[in-house]
Amino acid sequence: MEVGWWGVLIAVLGGAIRIGTPFLFVSLGECLTEKSGRINLGLEGTLVMGAMTGYAIALHSGSPWLGVLCAGLAGMLLGALHSWLCSFQRVNDIAVGIAMMLFGTGLAFFLGKPYIQPSAPRLPSIDLGGWSHVPQLQAALQINGLFLIGIIVAIALRWILKNTSWGLKVRVVGESADAARALGLPVDRIRLLSTAQGGFLAGIGGSYLSLYYPFNWSEGLSSGQGLMAVALVIFARWQPLACLWVSLLWGGAAALGPALQSVGITYGYYIFNAIPYIMTLAVMIITCSPRRNLLGAPHELTITR
Amino acid sequence: MDVPKNLHKALEPFLIIVGSLSVSMVLFGGFVAAAGANPIEVYHTMYRAAFGSSFSWQNTLVRATPLMLTALCTALPGYLGLIIIGGEGAVVIGGLAAALAALTMPTAPPMVVLTTMAFVGMVAGGIWLAIGGALRHYRAVNETISSLLLNYIAIAVLNHLVTSTFRDPESLNHPSTYHIGEANMIGLIPGTDLHWGLVFGIVACVLAWFLMHRTVFGFGSQIAGGNVRAAQIAGLPVGRLILIVCFVAGAAGGLAGMVEVAAIHGRANDTLNANYGYAGILVAFVARNNPLAILPVAVLLGGIRASSGLLQRAHELPDATVLVMQGIIFLVILFSETLYGRFSQLQKQGVA
Repeated sequence: MEVGWWGVLIAVLGGAIRIGTPFLFVSLGECLTEKSGRINLGLEGTLVMGAMTGYAIALHSGSPWLGVLCAGLAGMLLGALHSWLCSFQRVNDIAVGIAMMLFGTGLAFFLGKPYIQPSAPRLPSIDLGGWSHVPQLQAALQINGLFLIGIIVAIALRWILKNTSWGLKVRVVGESADAARALGLPVDRIRLLSTAQGGFLAGIGGSYLSLYYPFNWSEGLSSGQGLMAVALVIFARWQPLACLWVSLLWGGAAALGPALQSVGITYGYYIFNAIPYIMTLAVMIITCSPRRNLLGAPHELTITR
Repeated sequence: MDVPKNLHKALEPFLIIVGSLSVSMVLFGGFVAAAGANPIEVYHTMYRAAFGSSFSWQNTLVRATPLMLTALCTALPGYLGLIIIGGEGAVVIGGLAAALAALTMPTAPPMVVLTTMAFVGMVAGGIWLAIGGALRHYRAVNETISSLLLNYIAIAVLNHLVTSTFRDPESLNHPSTYHIGEANMIGLIPGTDLHWGLVFGIVACVLAWFLMHRTVFGFGSQIAGGNVRAAQIAGLPVGRLILIVCFVAGAAGGLAGMVEVAAIHGRANDTLNANYGYAGILVAFVARNNPLAILPVAVLLGGIRASSGLLQRAHELPDATVLVMQGIIFLVILFSETLYGRFSQLQKQGVA
């Protein structure tokens, strides 16, 4: 094996993109939702529902991209349901998120039962590694269009939040609902739209899982990517572009265990898998303080109060 | 004792919860009807599977046992206004620690082994959950997120240890610790197929209720949960209250893990990570954090989960059907929070 340790590095690079893409979509969705002052812990349910919907629609229509779109729409509905429930007095958004997680996964498993066996058409991949003679590098650079779309969404989201009136409205609602009401902004409607759009992105993240990598539909498909969206957004300090880097970092960390296994290092496999969670906890411990808010967090967010 | 006043105070939550469960049943009935099944027959099947015979009752109670304990993981910190969802981690760490404790004492008599297991499991689970409480109080780290992260870290620690240092080489396909020994297993309650864990669960809930409702400590916790500033001005040691309550809550989860090991599996392995912690959150929310209400709610949820097999056989509904039902109940119960204080008849009676 001439590749050896380089192989580990290449595998981590490839994994960063391949495993990081669903993280990218759920974290961007969560980022937008949280910018409006709500937290949606239910994106795990949205992700699984998106994975199921995308797979089923791709199977029936023969078009994986139509599957991706419908996965987004399914996620949008779940996001809207979350936001509608939270708009009532005293209904806690964190608790509703936990319930949506249960409801979304349950619904996806229920409706997805017939789709475990048949195989749907796969999303095409783009070869960026054709110039190389190293098969590992070629494999690592075989990427999916959704990754590129994710990068565009991250840049666009940053621009929209910063420069458009819609972005300003979302941020005002997220910083102070009272100020927004004084300005005559429809707080609940803005949060509904932000959460629904966030759900749309998370649903797309789910369709990536079922239609590209690992490319199947089963009840064990998600390994908690949706749950971790909240932690990822904290890690990224509520900045869309940082969501991109953090997603890549987490994808790479998740690929580290299997990559080391391939060169014969099996010790600590599970500990490597836990690195993203440990890192997030460490970042929260370091940056939180009883004397001030979490840096960069929208003030209306329940997790910072 | 002015019982009538307490009765009226309990009437509002009772009516709202019963109403929510009825609405959930209607919604779920519509759902299964849309899936092509007859809702009345589905409910009849569920009743038969969960409570129809002494066998099904026992099955239900076995499933309810861990839920009673893990519900306390969320319910007790709830008195302090904390939303902790780390029950899963407490179960995993408690079960792992209990199994390892048993393996260090191969020659001790079973009673000593079991007592040590319970003690070590509870301490380990308690410390694990108290980490979240401590981070909340001293570093203002959100307890919901940290307890969620700690769940994943706990599962990684478990998987790491049972596949490396403490692995029984004979557990090929399913990496586990060594067996704690048949003599050390918790037995069955005489005349039943129920293990003693059920008694632990009931006793734990009753004790937790007593602690929170009949002691100065519990009173202080409720004040701190209502208003931290007021509690601090009154001189209550809020930090210590948080740590102790979270420790007790985690100890209940650790005990659930110990029972899983000592009554069912005999080893620590990834079956400890069976989502009892997450189901416990649902139980705690439906019971509105009241430890005594946890008992019937855990039995109800245990029954719903026990009916999944028969639903599949009798109506060809997928096993995820009960997940959908749990999700619907959960959402409706949370929605019902907004109804409190809106029924003026109930309010007047409550004041009188």
